[in-house]
Amino acid sequence: MRHVLILFAHPAFERSRVQRRLLQAVQDLPDVTIHDLYEAYPNFDIDIDHEQRLLSKHDVIVLQHPFFWYSVPAILKQWEDLALEHGWAYGSQGNALSGKYMLTAISTGGAAAAYRREGHNRFTIRELLAPIEQTAMLCKMIYLPPFVVHGTHLITDAEIAAEAAAYRQIIIGLRDDLINLEAARRFTAINTDLEAIFAGEEVRG
Amino acid sequence: MSSESFLFQAFIYLTAAVIAVPIAKRMGFGSVLGYLIAGVIIGPFGLNFIGDESRDVMHFAEFGVVMMLFVVGLELQPVLLWRLRGPILGLGGLQVLVTSLVFAAIALLLGLSWQSALAVGMILALSSTAIVLQSLTEKGLMQSSGGQSSFAILLFQDIAVIPMLAIFPLLAVHAVDHAADAGHGAGEHSAGLVTSLPAWAQTLAVLGAVAAIVLAGRFLVAPAFRFIARTGLRELFTAAALLLVIGIALLMTEVGLSPALGTFLAGVVLANSEYRHELEGDIEPFKGLLLGLFFIAVGAAIDFALIAANPLLIAGLVCGLVVIKLGILFGLARLFRLGLDQSVLVAFSLAQVGEFAFVLLSSAGQLGVLEPTISSPLIAVVALSMGLTPLLLLLNERFIRPRFGTRERSDREADAISEENAVIIAGFGQFGNIVGRLLNANGVSTTVLDNDSDRVELLRKLGLKVYYGDATRLDLLHAAGAARARLIVLALEDVEENLKLIDIVAKHFPHLEILARAGDRSGAYALMEAGVTRVYRDTLDTSLRMGVDALRTLGFRAYQAQRAAQTFLRYDEAALHELYAAHKDQRTYISLARQRIADLEEVLRNDREERWRERDAGWDTESLRDDVRRMMGGEIADSR
Repeated sequence: MRHVLILFAHPAFERSRVQRRLLQAVQDLPDVTIHDLYEAYPNFDIDIDHEQRLLSKHDVIVLQHPFFWYSVPAILKQWEDLALEHGWAYGSQGNALSGKYMLTAISTGGAAAAYRREGHNRFTIRELLAPIEQTAMLCKMIYLPPFVVHGTHLITDAEIAAEAAAYRQIIIGLRDDLINLEAARRFTAINTDLEAIFAGEEVRG
Repeated sequence: MSSESFLFQAFIYLTAAVIAVPIAKRMGFGSVLGYLIAGVIIGPFGLNFIGDESRDVMHFAEFGVVMMLFVVGLELQPVLLWRLRGPILGLGGLQVLVTSLVFAAIALLLGLSWQSALAVGMILALSSTAIVLQSLTEKGLMQSSGGQSSFAILLFQDIAVIPMLAIFPLLAVHAVDHAADAGHGAGEHSAGLVTSLPAWAQTLAVLGAVAAIVLAGRFLVAPAFRFIARTGLRELFTAAALLLVIGIALLMTEVGLSPALGTFLAGVVLANSEYRHELEGDIEPFKGLLLGLFFIAVGAAIDFALIAANPLLIAGLVCGLVVIKLGILFGLARLFRLGLDQSVLVAFSLAQVGEFAFVLLSSAGQLGVLEPTISSPLIAVVALSMGLTPLLLLLNERFIRPRFGTRERSDREADAISEENAVIIAGFGQFGNIVGRLLNANGVSTTVLDNDSDRVELLRKLGLKVYYGDATRLDLLHAAGAARARLIVLALEDVEENLKLIDIVAKHFPHLEILARAGDRSGAYALMEAGVTRVYRDTLDTSLRMGVDALRTLGFRAYQAQRAAQTFLRYDEAALHELYAAHKDQRTYISLARQRIADLEEVLRNDREERWRERDAGWDTESLRDDVRRMMGGEIADSR
């Protein structure tokens, strides 16, 4: 059993459609902590001690947010800057996060087809997420393929519901160690093929 | 009546009310039934503490109905009244017409003359404004569509009493002494000065009186109350409010209109006034007491001897009456497209005969329209039907309503008679008005209470909804809708006043979230001691902003100064809670002035001793540089 921490960042949550449903889908799960950064720090005044205590207490760190300008919302960058201190999160003495898992859960306005060499975003999602991936590496964390919901401008309610259910399944899978991580690494996104990564494991809850 | 016997009477009535009503409420019967039972117990057929004078008491207490309609009017803005015109004329008119005709036909079949039959029909068509409004308000059903329709019907009935009284003399079947015209109380008809005038002059007088009320309400009352409010004497305000209601009642009686109607009209005119909540708060207790008295008197007036003599006849009459009224009301409500459960509510609410029936019956007796052999049992029937109402409502609530299950849709509830906002702001000085403006700018409407009459006047001129009144008064908070609000902002200048208000809120509205202005640090301690956690010191944020600007002027970067202020604020808020404990320990030993100095000393010492964590290290770390230097020669892994 692992403890999951979801760091949630959405500056206009009240207008969110997809992220709201994703968050709702995992809200009631035991051993899953949801930490709404914009709600906790409307003034960007990150409480570093509190953040580091939270990180220490959990094994799977999820960064859940809309993919703004190919990156994280501003507060999550502020959080990275201040909470991931040298000598604590990284550096020769910084081992606090070593061995923990990191998952990015993002939603993009553009369709999957746009994130290709020939698409109008010119880079793949994995390429654009390289800074986060490398942040995880520097902190000696295990980086997981991202959970991605594409095309949020045109997505239907039924499709959102399906994505939310998949998200819940994956969070449970990570918490209860049901996911075949070797298999998952073969895919661009952790939610590309759920059957393949669960490999016959039964998901409860 | 000697003053001693008056005090004894008052003692009996109050004792009965204080004992019976809480028991009835506890058992879920509502206060009306409690009062009625109290009346029966102390009446001639119970303990016999009160006798014939209960009839006089009833007439006196009917003034409670006048006050109730004034309060109802205060809660009904003219726009809303205009919106109710359909139900009032249509539903109300049809109800009176159909019910009158049906009962008249039955009376005719029972062998009464057509004149007497018509009088009986009209009398029985009325319902009890006092009982219905009190019960519906108590159950929180006034704003449902059923409640509003009931109100519309009652309003039409109150208007209809006047022509009924005018018709009665034409229905006289046997000659009696016309001079013995009984005239008191609410549904009043006693001939005033005006009746001696020709018809056109009477009409003119009526129109003139109504116009006078509207004009005075619009232009005279507010300045007059402002003038009185400036004296700062609360009892004077109460006196003025009572004077207003009684004056209107007298004027209306004089021109031959119903006082209840006149005060209702005055209430509607004043519904937009800044003194609305204050007036409501002042009149409310009188109204409540008088109505209570009225219900007790009704209970005492039930003639059990007569009932015991013809139990089957009376029971049959009451049942027949209630069932027929129920049927007609239900049918009409359905005709006017009310939902099933709302139609049932209307029918069960209005199935009794009203207090005006007593007036009409005595008038009909004196005019020779009805024989005593008919009117005496009718009085008992009317009283019993009124006593049955709370039981009928209870029956509806417990057994019928749950079965239908079609609850009122919530978006419909917003169509409320009274303005009730989620936020109450007490005190609209420089502190409160900024809170209020921020909320209003974001679409949150607020109910504002302020007791500076000049400021209230100014703000209302600017179009803000501000009400005059001392927010530390319980009745005013009730009138402002504290029972249904979600949070209250305490922004009064004086911390003592805020503390008083906290006490009231904690006692009577424990559901309200409190956000309190604290003044200075010692004010904050006082509020925290009173159990409030969200305290806001007056100058803290402004001082910090000034400090930030001072740092910037000295050459600090804007963001650095801003971060410093954020850090300071966070530590200071934490320190407030820590030092509060210390403050509590020593407060008993030293004076208030010494306490302030001691507190300040504590704060300053705390500032010095606090080893503030090196902030924002992530943006520039000494340890990172050391690490990198140590790794020189090897590969520099850091990305920065």
